[in-house]
Amino acid sequence: MGKVSVAPDVAPVETDPAQDVSAVVEPDVPWVTIVHNDPVNLMSYVTYVFQAYFGYSKDKAHKLMLDVHHKGRAVVSSGTREEMERDVQAMHGYGLWATLSQDRN
Amino acid sequence: MAGMFEPVPGGGAAVLLDEVEVSILRSLAVQLLELIGPGPGGEQGADPLAELFAEGPSEPPSDPVLQRLFPDAYGDPEAVPDDQLKAYSAEFRRFTENDLRAGKRENALAVVKSLDALTLGGDEGAVLKLTPDESKQWLGALNDLRLAIASRLDVISEEDTELLYRLPDTDERKPMVMAYLWLGGLQETLVETLLP
Repeated sequence: MGKVSVAPDVAPVETDPAQDVSAVVEPDVPWVTIVHNDPVNLMSYVTYVFQAYFGYSKDKAHKLMLDVHHKGRAVVSSGTREEMERDVQAMHGYGLWATLSQDRN
Repeated sequence: MAGMFEPVPGGGAAVLLDEVEVSILRSLAVQLLELIGPGPGGEQGADPLAELFAEGPSEPPSDPVLQRLFPDAYGDPEAVPDDQLKAYSAEFRRFTENDLRAGKRENALAVVKSLDALTLGGDEGAVLKLTPDESKQWLGALNDLRLAIASRLDVISEEDTELLYRLPDTDERKPMVMAYLWLGGLQETLVETLLP
């Protein structure tokens, strides 16, 4: 249990700047590209896209594809928001269903 | 073998197509081109500079096929997005949808062009040969076509796909289902020619 503050009400509101920023934009938290499962895209095609676009090895691409297929989604890349928007745009170009979000795990 | 791409020694892919298959593929690709179109805000045409700076739409398309081809970039697909996520998706759409539409149009156009270059004569059909670059464009177009047809057929889950296989011949969706499965075979065998 933390100490109860006895500071008077008139004290200026001085919050920790670092804490303040992290609550709003979380600059240090990376963004991720998530590919979602759909019943149309062929498993071989999804694997091909992960290899062709991200340059992943056959094994890694295959494992990610299986994650998408069995778990419904997989994180396929991470980085800045701009980088992830590029990846999501590329995935949409290939016809894969992708979104980006800030990874809060 | 009919309906299947085979790797060409030295790179590329080849498939034997008969007249009916060529006509179906061409018709589907043209329909896809018409559906994708330039998109809202992308019809400046005459002025390349204006086209370059034209902003795309901020609202998702109303057609379900186009919604699938150009999905929202932010938000869990199974949850209702909050206003912040909607604003992010709208901004993403403004700056990417025209380019995405252009890319998909180019792929579909590449399919039409290579089919038009075929010389069809007699009952034996013709062998379509694709370079590796053409193969990639075909792969994208075949995938978009399958997404489009699946959307029209209301394929949402894996179970829906299973049901398609068991449709009776009398079902009015049968021809489209046959086309969907055939395109799947073409795409599957074309991917294999590109995998290292």
